[in-house]
Amino acid sequence: MQPLSTACEVQGAWSDSAGPQWATLRMERGAKEKNHQLYKPYTNGIIAKDPTSLEEEIKEIRRSGSSKALDNTLEFELSDIFYFCRKGVETIMDDEVTKRFSAEELESWNLLSRTNYNFQYISLRLTVLWGLGVLIRYCFLLPLRIALAFTGISLLVVGTTVVGYLPNGRFKEFLSKHVHLMCYRICVRALTAIITYHDRKNRPRNGGICVANHTSPIDVIILASDGYYAMVGQVHGGLMGVIQRAMVKACPHVWFERSEVKDRHLVAKRLTEHVQDKSKLPILIFPEGTCINNTSVMMFKKGSFEIGATVYPVAIKYDPQFGDAFWNSSKYGMVTYLLRMMTSWAIVCSVWYLPPMTREAEEDAVQFANRVKSAIARQGGLVDLLWDGGLKREKVKDTFKEEQQKLYSKMIVGNHEDRSRS
Amino acid sequence: MGSRSSHAARIPDVDSIRRETGFSQASLLRLYHRFRALDWNEKGYLSRVDLQQIGALAVNPLGDRIIDSFFPDGSLHLDFPGFVRVLARFRPVDDEDNRNRDPKEPEPLNSRMNKLRFAFQLYDLDRDGKISRQEMLQVLRLMVGVQVTEEQLESIADRTVQEADEDGDGAVSFLEFAKSLEKMNIEQKMSIRILK
Repeated sequence: MQPLSTACEVQGAWSDSAGPQWATLRMERGAKEKNHQLYKPYTNGIIAKDPTSLEEEIKEIRRSGSSKALDNTLEFELSDIFYFCRKGVETIMDDEVTKRFSAEELESWNLLSRTNYNFQYISLRLTVLWGLGVLIRYCFLLPLRIALAFTGISLLVVGTTVVGYLPNGRFKEFLSKHVHLMCYRICVRALTAIITYHDRKNRPRNGGICVANHTSPIDVIILASDGYYAMVGQVHGGLMGVIQRAMVKACPHVWFERSEVKDRHLVAKRLTEHVQDKSKLPILIFPEGTCINNTSVMMFKKGSFEIGATVYPVAIKYDPQFGDAFWNSSKYGMVTYLLRMMTSWAIVCSVWYLPPMTREAEEDAVQFANRVKSAIARQGGLVDLLWDGGLKREKVKDTFKEEQQKLYSKMIVGNHEDRSRS
Repeated sequence: MGSRSSHAARIPDVDSIRRETGFSQASLLRLYHRFRALDWNEKGYLSRVDLQQIGALAVNPLGDRIIDSFFPDGSLHLDFPGFVRVLARFRPVDDEDNRNRDPKEPEPLNSRMNKLRFAFQLYDLDRDGKISRQEMLQVLRLMVGVQVTEEQLESIADRTVQEADEDGDGAVSFLEFAKSLEKMNIEQKMSIRILK
């Protein structure tokens, strides 16, 4: 293990001395000390909205158009349509869900051209700085990181395969744990991820389920480098498949075949079996089911909350100033995404381990899931949304529409009843 | 986000769109990025399905009618100029617009009359220039769902058409519609302000 820790130290030492002073100072100062203030949720939309209710707005509209006395409020006005019309067009211009699937906008530029949204050419000095940044990122940081990544992944595969040959017992578990941890820590260095863990006393224990909000595949590496988890996921082909097969030799992870994923009962059964065996590791699950851009938390799928195990919520919040970690899977493949990660300044994030939660007697799985989701959103400073992250691919249910219709009907028919009474 | 350039030069025909709609360069850029975000499989145009996928629009009782207004004359593809042309109706009315306007030029897209026309065609399902009693009933049904009985709805529709109808043809024409709403502050109620 000696040469590897030296390699890590070398990279650490390099960034401490040879790298641009301002970059490291800023990274360390900003990331380590003022974690909370850094993470302001960027929830401003692109249009100005008034947060009034359906009833208030329609009354406003009627009041402004009619000179008749209001005590005899009319049932229906031609102008009522303006409310629905404007609300509808507002959502076409800007809605809460679609914008969660593209990278968060920064308030000030961080010298990465990929986040250059609306900033125009300002000065020669800035361009020179940017050019210097490109040189540093691509010529110094990138090769170092790629080397580390290769080391980490090959060690993981080789190490876990070797450990797999040992007879089951405490020694095997001990070795397996340390091989996993070491390799994940190398990978963390490969991305220059500066992670601050909070409340480590609440870390997940055996027989529990760890749930976290999902922004990118890097979430796995970040959590697994600080704890020993059983992974859950689909079996992939290629390099991922090789890694998966090797890992499962050393300790029991839960990998599903593609066909099995659709069968919810099978999934629930396997997870329940795993959780009930106290010698097995806590499961790591991302209940959103898809990557969101780290400004909000979307609906949690209830499957993991039906099992009845203790849930250990974890909130992960990335600081977008140093590198945007969101994986837009429709835009980039895995390799392109990893290269982008390795050519950012750094990945700075905070991980909060929240106190464990269990399902209460009167709650059903959905309510429990929402409670956990709110806790995670509150801790991470994220917007708590009720929408389903899968909405970008599926249609929404009609029950929401019916609620609006009910509200409006009460306005026009409720008045009718009043009049017939008087 | 990708390597999306911030330059407005990427928008085709940006100058003619600016003239036609009156949007500022910054607003157009925002709307262009919005168009690209909605066009998630990068076809270069929007279809009905793309707009239907907006959750908050799908739960709007008039969601389908609003989507219809983006696809006039049965067209199936919505390009960026078409997208912006409809949204331009909702641009807040600037006093500057009225002062600098050349009276010979066509009416700006966000004028009071054009805003009213947009609302009118939400009611006028068959686009014949009149809101018949039947059309009124259908739109009312969309807004209330199953919560109101047929008789109640019919009486509401009858009363509304009667009140607005001046020439007695049993339908509400655009001018009658505009007249019944003449006191309404349309400019404010049908405007959406884009933040820079």
